[in-house]
Amino acid sequence: MAEIALHGTEHGHPSGITRWLFSTNHKDIGTLYLLFSLTMFFVGGTFAMVIRAELFKPGLQFVDALTFNQMTTMHALVMIFGAVMPAFVGLANWMIPLMIGAPDMALPRLNNWSFWILPFAFTLLLSTLFMPGGGPAGGWTMYPPLFLQTGMAFPFVIFAIHLMGISSVMGAINVITTVFNMRAPGMVFRKLPMFVWTWLITAFLLIAAMPVLAGAVTMLLTDKYFGTSFFNAAGGGDPVMFQHVFWFFGHPEVYIMILPAFGIVSQIVPTFARKPLFGYTSMIYAVGAIAILSFIVWGHHMFTVGMPLAGELFFMYSTILIAVPTGVKVFNWVATMWRGSLTFETPMLWALSFIVLFSIGGFSGLMLGLAPVDFQYQDTYFVVAHFHYVLVTGAVFAIVGGIHYWLPKWTGRMYDERLGKLHFWLSVISVNLLFFPQHFLGLAGMPRRVADYAVQYTEWNMMSSIGGFIFGASQLLFLYNVIRTIRGSGAKASDQVWEGAHGLEWTLPSPPPYHSFTTAPEVK
Amino acid sequence: MDHGESTYFVPAPSHWPLIGSIGLFALMLGFALLLDDQTLAGGYAAGIGLLVFVGMLFGWFGTVIRESRSGRYNDQVDASFRWGMGWFIFSEVMFFAAFFGALFYARHFAVPWLGGSGDKAISHDILWPHFVAAWPLLQLPDPANFTVAKEAMEAFGLPAVNTLILLSSGATVTWAHWGLKRDRRRQLIIGLAATVALGILFLTLQAHEYWDAYTLKNLRLSSGIYGSTFFMLTGFHGAHVTIGAIMLSVILARSALGHFTPTHHFAFEAVSWYWHFVDVVWLGLFIFVYLL
Repeated sequence: MAEIALHGTEHGHPSGITRWLFSTNHKDIGTLYLLFSLTMFFVGGTFAMVIRAELFKPGLQFVDALTFNQMTTMHALVMIFGAVMPAFVGLANWMIPLMIGAPDMALPRLNNWSFWILPFAFTLLLSTLFMPGGGPAGGWTMYPPLFLQTGMAFPFVIFAIHLMGISSVMGAINVITTVFNMRAPGMVFRKLPMFVWTWLITAFLLIAAMPVLAGAVTMLLTDKYFGTSFFNAAGGGDPVMFQHVFWFFGHPEVYIMILPAFGIVSQIVPTFARKPLFGYTSMIYAVGAIAILSFIVWGHHMFTVGMPLAGELFFMYSTILIAVPTGVKVFNWVATMWRGSLTFETPMLWALSFIVLFSIGGFSGLMLGLAPVDFQYQDTYFVVAHFHYVLVTGAVFAIVGGIHYWLPKWTGRMYDERLGKLHFWLSVISVNLLFFPQHFLGLAGMPRRVADYAVQYTEWNMMSSIGGFIFGASQLLFLYNVIRTIRGSGAKASDQVWEGAHGLEWTLPSPPPYHSFTTAPEVK
Repeated sequence: MDHGESTYFVPAPSHWPLIGSIGLFALMLGFALLLDDQTLAGGYAAGIGLLVFVGMLFGWFGTVIRESRSGRYNDQVDASFRWGMGWFIFSEVMFFAAFFGALFYARHFAVPWLGGSGDKAISHDILWPHFVAAWPLLQLPDPANFTVAKEAMEAFGLPAVNTLILLSSGATVTWAHWGLKRDRRRQLIIGLAATVALGILFLTLQAHEYWDAYTLKNLRLSSGIYGSTFFMLTGFHGAHVTIGAIMLSVILARSALGHFTPTHHFAFEAVSWYWHFVDVVWLGLFIFVYLL
């Protein structure tokens, strides 16, 4: 593979709508993924605003209980499968070929298929909100027997999940194949950028976990329509079995949504600390360890379901074990910054807040991982606070940081730094106002997924809602900043963009040519 | 393997992925409508979706075959296909793992607990105190809403024969591969034809077995957890055998057309990997569903 001259160049630079519909270009498909994710971020955010508006005061103000439960269910499904996961796939599409010196993803047509399944899947899912009986309201975890009571929406939700799974698995196959097979000469595994490493491991998790979800929802479908009794004790099945199968998918899924975030932060921190990443090798082993552990900890989602004591202990110990590799990563980021020449451009601000706030989510995770105390926290707002700290201030903050970090490379223009900082500070303050009080609500006993609450929870809920509204509104600044950068306002970005940035992606012009590396770069 | 190409083939923009997505969408929409209210609209949507999807398969694979035969795929592209197919098969393994997991959970936890053993004896006492745990489970805890089966499946009848058939088909496809690698076209074609025939024979016997289960044994999907796991596991396996047999037939036709050379025949290998995967899943089924 001394030279990669592109076969595709004879068809030149496609234009018009077919450029996007029929694309085989990793950058265009990456852009599609990111725009889709941004759209879903605002759709899911709208659901969240309904939830926070309803919870502003006790009693029912705006929506009835069923609609409220549809909002919580759809908010989760849309944010997980529509916003966070496609955002990571979009970043992978854009950055992995640039980072490893490849002409494109290994399987470009499959890549396009992975994307174009998503809009159809979400059409199926979102259409349920307009059906008689409304959308799914049994929670995104779809526990039977409750979820089997879903009306007309039921098969639409199941098939939408099947389609999302197909899309994710094909995307993951593409990432693995690209990383294994498309690296430039000299780009050996021990030189791979951290973002590529974390995505490679995430792709394994996706391929192993998503088909299990497909199996679980298929069993739900046959239980409802074909008389099987997987989750029906009267026929010898067990509703708890669904929870086991679901969380065997669900816990790796959690790491699918955080490992690429680790990768992004591991790219940003060294750039703005102007030092190489501390403990590169230990970072890789830590991610690998987290990935392996993710398959043996699922029971910690169901401590209160009545597992045998041996199960409680096993899942508690294995869960707490995850703190070790996660700690390795956090300490490595801190050590990277130690005695560095730090500057605090917007991407760095997001990365720093990620490290602090994700760690808070990690700590509440430790609390939840202790079986005896989890009996108090189970299904309260403490759980809600925990997973929003790891998913919003974790995954979403890393994505937003990554977008600010790479947007000048993609568009050739700098985003507005003042606007970026304003957006950051508004977000980071409001997000803590939004989620931190939920810890207190949960410890005081407020249950999740209920539209109404007892009056003693009012003050914290009001604060949380105000934080939520500010956080939601702040994202419009982000949208504006991204759009104006894409439209070409802003200073021209240099090839390297950031003074401390290193790697193949920064050797290409900003924006990079339509076909990235037509000649494979030599990595020394 | 030199096809005069030192460059990685990045295909031109293609409409097939979008058509595939539209086909899948119509298919799923149609199924969902059928399940909701059995209207004709659902049937039409599903039918059209299936046609579009099959058309996409012909178009997309046709494009790939033309590209491959024009020598545009170098070794690196070949390696991409290998990695892709390998991990696709792994994802299928994990899909079956979900159903095997359900089987193990039901046999080793759910049913014994309902029968009063272990930590969950209380559910036995409170719910169905007269229920006796057994596997295969024919006497259900509460048979009111279920089809009560008279008999379980036996291992050493048709299933054992089917095991032999599928294992032999694994041998014949390997024999065909040897023929291909030594450029013996006759051996290749005979081996592939035998494999397809064995696959069809397997499916015929399985259909007979299902008929037997439905009519004589009264065993259905709705016969409790035993019927559920039995039909879902063997049913999904049978669907995969069907897909594998169709793919083998395509490879047989392509072999007859002389598409493959002793060094360049990834399509053949991909399908034979898939066939071996189906074979291994069957061994798991034979042991855990029929035998134990």
